[in-house]
Amino acid sequence: MQVTMTVNGTEVSRDVEPRLLLVHFVRDHLGLTGTHWGCDTSNCGTCVLWMDGEPVKSCTVLAAMADGRSIRTVEDLDTGGELDPLQQGFMQCHGLQCGFCTPGMLMTARWLLDRNPDPDETEIRDVISGQFCRCTGYENIVRSVRWAAEHPDGAAGDGEGTTDTAPATDGEEVTA
Amino acid sequence: MQTPAPFTYERAGSVDDAVALLERHGPEARLVAGGHSLLPMMKLRLAQPEVLIDINDLTDLSYIRLDGSEIAIGAMSRHADLLDSPLLAEHYAIFADAERVIADPIVRNRGTIGGSFCQADPSEDLSAVGAALGAVLVVRGVDGTRQVPAREFHTGPYETVVGPAEILTEIRVPVRPGAGSAYAKVERRAGDWAIAAAGAFLTLDGDDVRDVGIGLTAVGASHFCAPAAEDALRGQPATDDNLASAAQVAAEATSPSTDQRGPADYKRHLAGELTLRALRRSVARARGEGA
Repeated sequence: MQVTMTVNGTEVSRDVEPRLLLVHFVRDHLGLTGTHWGCDTSNCGTCVLWMDGEPVKSCTVLAAMADGRSIRTVEDLDTGGELDPLQQGFMQCHGLQCGFCTPGMLMTARWLLDRNPDPDETEIRDVISGQFCRCTGYENIVRSVRWAAEHPDGAAGDGEGTTDTAPATDGEEVTA
Repeated sequence: MQTPAPFTYERAGSVDDAVALLERHGPEARLVAGGHSLLPMMKLRLAQPEVLIDINDLTDLSYIRLDGSEIAIGAMSRHADLLDSPLLAEHYAIFADAERVIADPIVRNRGTIGGSFCQADPSEDLSAVGAALGAVLVVRGVDGTRQVPAREFHTGPYETVVGPAEILTEIRVPVRPGAGSAYAKVERRAGDWAIAAAGAFLTLDGDDVRDVGIGLTAVGASHFCAPAAEDALRGQPATDDNLASAAQVAAEATSPSTDQRGPADYKRHLAGELTLRALRRSVARARGEGA
């Protein structure tokens, strides 16, 4: 069957099997491999992308169900090469180690910040409660989201320097 | 990779269209709403519908509104809608209690109340809420609509009275002024199915229980309800001893199974304890004491 949808602002059209999952559609048919494919059971949340403005677990949505809808993936977070403040936050606060969960975390956290620009730790932990991270213990992810909340214009907004630096534990900056 | 067996995909543009498609394609067709129960079953080949009818365009079934002396909830209302509804929060805190512990915020963006009832998972939370509140479900077919009490809706695990060419369109809950309600659940980890859960509503006449409803899930309670416990409590003073006695009656009427979520005796213990917690909180809320 033919499906047509808007992906990151561009209309795409492909011939697919009705049973094709949305996560495989964006990865294998569109080459947008930023969205990761994890547990396949809607538990881990690494496949989270937006459909019509809301985050969904794309391993549990058919590409056919996205026909006529609007999709946004992690590839769309930056603006003209300038990383989203959230992406900067994950760099600043070591919000990832292996990075496998990161695309899903970013898409969910961006949705949270769009609705609630100043979430507390409980609200952050609640919104990512359906997403697994096996590296960070979530602590640094929460800090990263808070960093983005406190820097809505990113590092450039308050002159904190370039985004390829991360604070060391003693407060000194280390250039990556 | 988990992939469903091949099927034909159809998309319904209206309720009538959905019913017509169901009738045309016969019993091997299934409706899909949020899909977060059905698609995992299809991936595991536990469900292999030949035709999948997508009803996500039926946004006219997405509403939560006061309709006379009842609250009407459209079957396509998402879990997130129920959690955020000021109307439900005003009348029945049990909904937000339950929704807060159903899956996770992302899944709640997709899953629907209609899908939850029709999936008829024996551990499903809203089925216990509907049983506790004495909800009535509106089912539409070719010959019009019929109303089915929530306590007669399920015919067994994963089975309901909804016929092959019928669609659940609405869930109706009577408004009970002054009612307190609550839901209590124990799960293995955040977002998991219940090991056991209980919901209740309660109205008071002075210090006495005027009316009460109790729902249970995941513990093999017939039709997700506990009528003997309700009968034991109705008309009695709302003392902690009486609540505990009723909770015990509710626990004794369950028939939980030992599985990976726990042994049967533990689940029966939870059924009693969680019923007691839901009743206590319902009483407190009916008295206007705290959240």
